[in-house]
Amino acid sequence: MLRLFKKILTTGIVTERVKRRSHDKQGNDDELEQLGIEIKRHIDRKFSGSIAIRAVDAGSCNGCELEIHALNNPYYDIERFGIHFVASPRHADVLLVTGPVSRHMQTALLRTYQATPNPKWVVAVGDCAACGGEFGVSYASCGAVSNVIPVDMVIPGCPPTPVILMKGLLGLLEQ
Amino acid sequence: MNDVNWMDALRQTLAAESIAIESISEVPAVNSGKAAIWRIIDTDWQKLAEQAQTHKLRWSAGWAEQDDDCFIVHALFENQGTYLWTQTLIPLAKPELPSQATVYPAANRSERHTQDMFGIKFSGHPDKRHWTRHKAWGKHDYPLRKDFAVAGQPEHITPPDMDYAFVKSHGAGTYEIPVGPVHAGIIEPGHFRFQAVGELILNLEERLAYTHKGIEKIAEGRTPESLARLAGRVSGDTTVSHAWAACMAMEQAAAVTIPPRAALLRGILAERERVANHLGDLGAICNDVGFSFAQMQFSRLREDWLRTQANIFGHRLLMDCVIPGGVKSDITDADCADIKQGIIQLRNELTDIITALDLNSSLEDRLYTAGLLSTDIAAAYGTLGYVGRASGQDFDVRRDAPYPPYHQVTVKVAFENQGDIASRFWIRYKEIMASMKLIAQFMALLEPGDIAAAWQVPTPGSSGLGIVDGWRGEIVSYVRFTAENSIARFYPRDPSQLNWPALEKLVLNNIVPDFPVCNKSLNGSYSGNDL
Repeated sequence: MLRLFKKILTTGIVTERVKRRSHDKQGNDDELEQLGIEIKRHIDRKFSGSIAIRAVDAGSCNGCELEIHALNNPYYDIERFGIHFVASPRHADVLLVTGPVSRHMQTALLRTYQATPNPKWVVAVGDCAACGGEFGVSYASCGAVSNVIPVDMVIPGCPPTPVILMKGLLGLLEQ
Repeated sequence: MNDVNWMDALRQTLAAESIAIESISEVPAVNSGKAAIWRIIDTDWQKLAEQAQTHKLRWSAGWAEQDDDCFIVHALFENQGTYLWTQTLIPLAKPELPSQATVYPAANRSERHTQDMFGIKFSGHPDKRHWTRHKAWGKHDYPLRKDFAVAGQPEHITPPDMDYAFVKSHGAGTYEIPVGPVHAGIIEPGHFRFQAVGELILNLEERLAYTHKGIEKIAEGRTPESLARLAGRVSGDTTVSHAWAACMAMEQAAAVTIPPRAALLRGILAERERVANHLGDLGAICNDVGFSFAQMQFSRLREDWLRTQANIFGHRLLMDCVIPGGVKSDITDADCADIKQGIIQLRNELTDIITALDLNSSLEDRLYTAGLLSTDIAAAYGTLGYVGRASGQDFDVRRDAPYPPYHQVTVKVAFENQGDIASRFWIRYKEIMASMKLIAQFMALLEPGDIAAAWQVPTPGSSGLGIVDGWRGEIVSYVRFTAENSIARFYPRDPSQLNWPALEKLVLNNIVPDFPVCNKSLNGSYSGNDL
């Protein structure tokens, strides 16, 4: 147990801190901090400090899921901005939908959408969700998410990186 | 090696049983292990499987393709690193074949997939239900037949597959829990149907194919570059290995030899992919028993690892780095130094974390003896990768049928035989350590040179089989070209196809709340299975 605590203490906090302005860091970290501040401000104003996201994989290759997962790692720790992932669409403000919508998932996605209380927003994540991507429209795929449910916002990328995901979410909040 | 012996012995047995081998041909050996193609008469298909089993062959993959007026059905077997590729022809007018699933449970879902996609009836198959088809196409339509248009004739809204006949339980106190396809976590969709008594799982049935995207169909007519991109998205976490397997098959068909530097770079990419995924899984397994310390530490290490990949290879998950003929980009000496530094750092961090985990009795309490997969069941289902290796299946393509660059190094394969979640946890840790050594060895072997060979247009009708060891285990990729450098048939067999059925067995007698950790310890790909 002592080793465990030692590791926690020596690791310290790796999360990029939220600061007003940062000139001493570079690249992702700086960008991330600025993003975080803006996102937090929007969430505070529009959603009373908290926004609940339900991620729905409607047929993706799992690439987008890996990067959405990364939002919860200690570097990005998206929850500190009031964004948290919930287990049911009934708890959600936002549906984060990935993948081309496979025809086998079409009804499931529609029902998930219906189960989400109003007001709600739909964010299509990744190139497949945005336009069908590598899979397009076929006997097995409906293509873009907007072919199945109304989409408020698109975050392209194959897959979008965590920073792009955060930027995208900020775009939604600004709408 | 007595690898040739079993093939000769099997040939003699078949002759004794009067099972005729119509023709025998050698496969151009990409993997240094020998391989042969045997063509068998359709009526002997099942008998062949019976004899193959008596000779302890592992059933590896099965697929079909349509020639003009017939179907060619393929089954791939393996023993001691030598592959036996069997084929049979059946007429288009009467597509029926004796099932091999009666002998090999591993062939069960594969044959159902072929049945749904081609309308080939496997007589005597133990499970008559459809598998890949839900309701997106008609009961008597078969998407991979040549007369089926890629657009299909879908309804405006595809109805849910309500009448799939799940196993029912009867009796006082038993109840059913349907889970999915939309799950509570950030994971892929699939349906699980539990029968339980109290908290104890009596039975689990998987219903997959929710992410069926028609990969095999939309591959048709693609160029080699385009197919490599698609193969890299069969399963997003296995992008390097799937692209590699598809490229290996195409290179075999086109008789293209990749430069040594390209092979080494592919090896580095594939091993980096293995480490990245294992790091994620180690954390997730601990997280599913509520041990968030490990989740935070491992996801931090994974993020470091991915950032290095983004810096050096231009993509966090290494997508589209493997291209037909070689790899997309080269690495410099400075990159090699960064990679080495990253390995040293990861090794030091793991020493701390793994020691802390090993001493944690509450973690031990949850992981040991849970989700037990016996050696017998693992063998029967032909389970692969860390799932197989944790349950006594000592097989690794990299060691047993090595392909460049693995023929230049000694691959030490991690092995356990307790078959519980802890085994699958520790095997991942051992594989991370082994992969880091391999990456260092590959970097040491790097000589200046080309990173891609010039592509040659393959002769029409030529085919190839790519077999690589992805992070989940053996991946088999079949490619046939038509004229003009375009793809006639692509079939990728993800290891998940053989690992998923094992989950139905290893959860038995565990409690329902332990299902997530059981599932995570296996971590099958939904997309790679559903295609």
